[in-house]
Amino acid sequence: MTTPNPLTNTISGNRGLQIEEPLIFEMDAPGRSGVDLPAVPQHKERLGGLKRKSEVGLPGLGESQVVRHYTKLSQKNYAIDMSVYPLGSCTMKHNPRLNEKIARLNGIADLHPMQPVSTVQGALEVIDTLAHWLKTLTGMPAVAMSPAAGAHGELCGMLTIRAAHLAKGNARKRILVPESAHGTNPATAASIGYEVDPVPADDRGRVDLAAFKAKLGPDVAGTMITNPNTCGLFENDIIDIADAVHGAGGYFYCDGANFNAIVGRVRPGDLGVDAMHINLHKTFSTPHGGGGPGAGPVVLSEALAPYAPLPYVTHGKNGFDLVEQDDSGKAFGRLKGFHGQMGMFTRALSYILSHGADGLRQVSGDAVLNANYLQASLRGDLSAAFPGTCMHEALFNDDFLEGTNVTTLDFAKAMIDEGYHPMTMYFPLVVHGALLMEPTETESKTDLDRYIEVVQGLARRAKGGDATYFQGAPYHTPRRRLDETLAARQPILRWKPEQAKKAAE
Amino acid sequence: MSGIRFAKDHEWVKVEGDIATVGISPYAQEQLGDVVFVDLPAIGKKVEKGKELAVVESVKAASEVYAPVSGEVVGVNEALGDAPGTVNEDALGKGWFAKVKMSNKAELDALMDEAAYKTFCEGLH
Repeated sequence: MTTPNPLTNTISGNRGLQIEEPLIFEMDAPGRSGVDLPAVPQHKERLGGLKRKSEVGLPGLGESQVVRHYTKLSQKNYAIDMSVYPLGSCTMKHNPRLNEKIARLNGIADLHPMQPVSTVQGALEVIDTLAHWLKTLTGMPAVAMSPAAGAHGELCGMLTIRAAHLAKGNARKRILVPESAHGTNPATAASIGYEVDPVPADDRGRVDLAAFKAKLGPDVAGTMITNPNTCGLFENDIIDIADAVHGAGGYFYCDGANFNAIVGRVRPGDLGVDAMHINLHKTFSTPHGGGGPGAGPVVLSEALAPYAPLPYVTHGKNGFDLVEQDDSGKAFGRLKGFHGQMGMFTRALSYILSHGADGLRQVSGDAVLNANYLQASLRGDLSAAFPGTCMHEALFNDDFLEGTNVTTLDFAKAMIDEGYHPMTMYFPLVVHGALLMEPTETESKTDLDRYIEVVQGLARRAKGGDATYFQGAPYHTPRRRLDETLAARQPILRWKPEQAKKAAE
Repeated sequence: MSGIRFAKDHEWVKVEGDIATVGISPYAQEQLGDVVFVDLPAIGKKVEKGKELAVVESVKAASEVYAPVSGEVVGVNEALGDAPGTVNEDALGKGWFAKVKMSNKAELDALMDEAAYKTFCEGLH
């Protein structure tokens, strides 16, 4: 990697704090390992033909080298702890440090999932209390806590729906999914054998109710709808949709990825939802995107509750019990080893209890306010995809780039140079060249104003005819524009010593 | 008829006898961006007009390619496996997806000719 201007080339190839760091495997060299093991004494070989024929291939390095290596890599990261992370639909909100402190308490962090139930009463109470909050906030009577992430929650909800149909003798065939859905929705339905029938959006960016009703029939097992949807809009026909699908004998799965926009204000149970996953790593501030696993508990209606997967916590005679066996024969099975993402439960409960019901209501209010502030501020320079206000995220199309020779992708790359993680791009698919921005409630007005100023400036620069600048971006990153096409067509999935040797020649 | 017809989901069809060669339009490949993977149907698969025939994946998105006519798949463009970019380079020619033995040639009447499709695309964006 060379700097474009030879006058500023450095001898090392480094540029200030941007260090050209090799892979840790490439740093391997004999004698560097920080641990000295005694020579293996004479012994009788007992491995038969299984004796190792070559090196294990793990790099040998000293502790200081390892620490420096990972510290240097961490400096190349972009993180929510550094700046605005406007990735729409991902809800990159601040992860409060209080959550981390609680999750690290010895009494919680040192538990083992196979300890006797009598010794983990506190942990079971955490699960039970969180379950109580999730049921109360959604107005639903039951919750399956074990799903490990959003899409896993979808799988849980859809398997529950299928189990309920099977109990009546017929799993049915089709699932109706709006075109604006998260890609995981049709993937989930298809992966358990359902045929996905897409429902078009109307010109207001919502589910076309007439088209939806026309697709209903006795072979429809249910529908999967995100509300608020991926266009950042509230599906205001949602009760009619729920009634219609129930009328046809189907169930209503709600993708709860955007629950953060309505928490404390709308209870999905009141809208006719039968199953909904809740991304604890979105709405309830637990880390995600490399910072930690997700967690996707699924709330269930009365009709679906009997089919929920194991295990679950109950209030027994001597405290909390964990139900690991299903005597009714209705539960569809287990989704995950042990009880779910315990570390995330603890963080989410910490977040919920520190906010309280009124605080959570303010969370959704502020998230929607911030998104609308963003949308209103950028309306003049960008092109809003739909008229009117939005919920928790602001969606723009690429009309404002028409005739500039700048694409949404170029625009995103230029944002990297400005020190921002780009917004979500080209999603949802129903909007041309989509730019989807979600500020979340945790951004201050000052930080939002700075972000808005940058996006406005870039839009004006694009319209001013500076296409070459955008097409060349990013300029200030450790690597310039990556060849995404080549990476997808000829992926190199694993580092191999031979390849490294070849590249060096 | 100039021999090529288009569906509103941006597939094209060229007909020789009972056999329809199917691909995606230049407009479709332009919208998708660089194609990185094409999932082709198995030979012998029965397809229904408007239902999934293949899947095309680009750097932006994965999209279904719908069968513009019903029938049986009698050939697929294996070359796309190693060179999916052919769809971008020659959408109407070497970038074809599959050959379908039509079960109902009357379905062709519902498709657009080149001029009608051009007008249709202009109205889209």
